[in-house]
Amino acid sequence: MTVLVLADHKDGALTQPTRSTVAAAQKLGDVHVIAVGEGAAAAGAAAAKLPGVAKVLTAEGGAVAHGLAEPVAALLVSLAGSYSHLLAPASAAGKNVMPRVAALLDVQVLSDVCGVVDADTFVRPIYAGNALATVKSADAKKVMTVRATSFDPVPAEGGNAPVEAAPAAADPGLSTFLGAEIVKSERPELTAARVVISGGRAMASAENFAILEKVADILGAAVGASRAAVDAGYAPNDMQVGQTGKIVAPELYIAVGISGAIQHLAGMKDSKVIVAINKDEEAPIFQVADYGLVADLFKAVPELEAELSK
Amino acid sequence: MKVLVPVKRVVDYNVKVRVKADGTGVETANVKMSMNPFDEIAVEEAVRLKEKGVATEIVAISAGPSAAQEQIRTALAMGADRGILVEHDGVLEPLAVAKILKAIVEKEGPALVILGKQAIDDDMSATGQMLAALLGWGQGTFASKVEKDGEALKVTREIDGGLETVSLKLPAIVTTDLRLNEPRYASLPNIMKARKKPIETVKPADLGVDVTPRLTVLKVEEPAKRQAGKKVGSVQELVEKLRNEAKVI
Ligand SMILES: Cc1cc2nc3c(=O)[nH]c(=O)nc-3n(C[C@H](O)[C@H](O)[C@H](O)COP(=O)(O)OP(=O)(O)OC[C@H]3O[C@@H](n4cnc5c(N)ncnc54)[C@H](O)[C@@H]3O)c2cc1C
Ligand SMILES: Nc1ncnc2c1ncn2[C@@H]1O[C@H](COP(=O)(O)O)[C@@H](O)[C@H]1O
Repeated sequence: MTVLVLADHKDGALTQPTRSTVAAAQKLGDVHVIAVGEGAAAAGAAAAKLPGVAKVLTAEGGAVAHGLAEPVAALLVSLAGSYSHLLAPASAAGKNVMPRVAALLDVQVLSDVCGVVDADTFVRPIYAGNALATVKSADAKKVMTVRATSFDPVPAEGGNAPVEAAPAAADPGLSTFLGAEIVKSERPELTAARVVISGGRAMASAENFAILEKVADILGAAVGASRAAVDAGYAPNDMQVGQTGKIVAPELYIAVGISGAIQHLAGMKDSKVIVAINKDEEAPIFQVADYGLVADLFKAVPELEAELSK
Repeated sequence: MKVLVPVKRVVDYNVKVRVKADGTGVETANVKMSMNPFDEIAVEEAVRLKEKGVATEIVAISAGPSAAQEQIRTALAMGADRGILVEHDGVLEPLAVAKILKAIVEKEGPALVILGKQAIDDDMSATGQMLAALLGWGQGTFASKVEKDGEALKVTREIDGGLETVSLKLPAIVTTDLRLNEPRYASLPNIMKARKKPIETVKPADLGVDVTPRLTVLKVEEPAKRQAGKKVGSVQELVEKLRNEAKVI
């Protein structure tokens, strides 16, 4: 069996969830990786170095230059004949493309796979991760997105796979890319950071997030947010952690002024150590926190910064 | 233009679901059911398009048990014009729902279908993309802004690094993200008016759609529970514990 992994990359840098997806793919068969869009050549070169990858395909420009779902799905479908499984990280890009691929192949997509039992059987979370379903697919081909936090990423170095250009993709001409506003940050990727510090509604303003950033700078952490903080405009959408945002599982997660709604817990409860800072000792977040501090965040966070700088 | 809005009946987002003791699924008997929250956002967007004079008619569709009429009524009370219930008691996977919706699209001829980005029960986040594929239409998923732009639709999408804007040829598919709008509450007079709006009932077979599931659920389990830890008395104690006990900093 040969498995095709659609890589996620940021300007040619392969994301850690891509390496986790390769790890999941290795449980199924020989692994090929395809990188598409601007920076695909660099991402492909990085993918060729992953141990256990047998072949890399790249498609840099043309219809797939901006990673639009319609041409990328058409490209994957044109390649699907050679593969038993098609995988992508469960990122915004993977979730946009893979269901489209599945429908074109007349198969039911498997979203957010967090366990591989065998070639047909997979585990996936449902109801905001409050239940785990083991499902067996009757489809001839499997198309799925992979929950990166459930698979240890393969190392970045060690392999030496050949890189080929993918056949040109047809452009279905259904959509055009107009532009993107990408949030620039020197901090680690939220989904790959060793430490994450997130703020909730209690942060009360975008400016106040600066106190979390100071702590993040000391710890080399990424900064996250609850939905309430994003909805209120205190933090950009790509910082939302939760059932319908990003799924994180860092070594250390610090929740600041976050109540702990199930939708938020769904995105962070697999973190190794959870710290909660909340002034309400009844807040549900304390039920999952390893260390809880009942305190006003505007006092506790600056204190934390000072203590960590000692 | 005509707009279709698929709305799913799901366990309310405030309910903490319980896995059934026999491991076959989650407890749904005597549990509060509601319209999937992302679908409320979809209905709201369609109603705003109608208020702007862009949409002419809004049809709310739900596939599921006969009780899903309640969610169609909610959509009608929010401002949809009529409803279609595709009655089916068994499991409906996104591929089956997409096939049902495709059959309805072919009958109704809408220029736009607005779905939720994700149903909060199966957490698939798939139906919109699958419908777009089956119809050969463009897709604007995870939308935080939708504007008519001449003959096209301009959609701002929430992506991993921030936001992306695409232009879709119509007809097209949009799926809603949380920031698209804040859904209205239906007023009492509108709830009364909605009772008189028509709901047509069909079966998947009437639409010529085979809804046989592709996935067999072998078991459903509870994830490992996290134990609540301890409270610390001060920031100093917290940092000391993180350094010397948890050893994570
Ligand atoms: C369809 C849907 C999807 C959703 N998806 C997500 C998701 O992906 N991610 C997500 O996070 N949420 C999601 N939610 C929202 C979720 O239900 C909660 O509403 C949200 O997580 C609450 O955010 P919060 O904890 O910041 O705010 P609140 O619940 O308002 O909590 C604020 C907390 O701050 C504490 N506090 C106040 N002042 C201070 C202070 N000075 N110092 C210390 N503590 C203080 C309060 O005690 C309280 O516990 C979703 C909801 C729906 C319906
Ligand atoms: N049974 C259904 N009836 C109506 N709409 C549905 C149904 N299932 C899914 N949808 C639509 O598809 C969206 C995504 O669902 P899913 O792909 O299951 O996460 C939902 O938000 C609804 O808009």
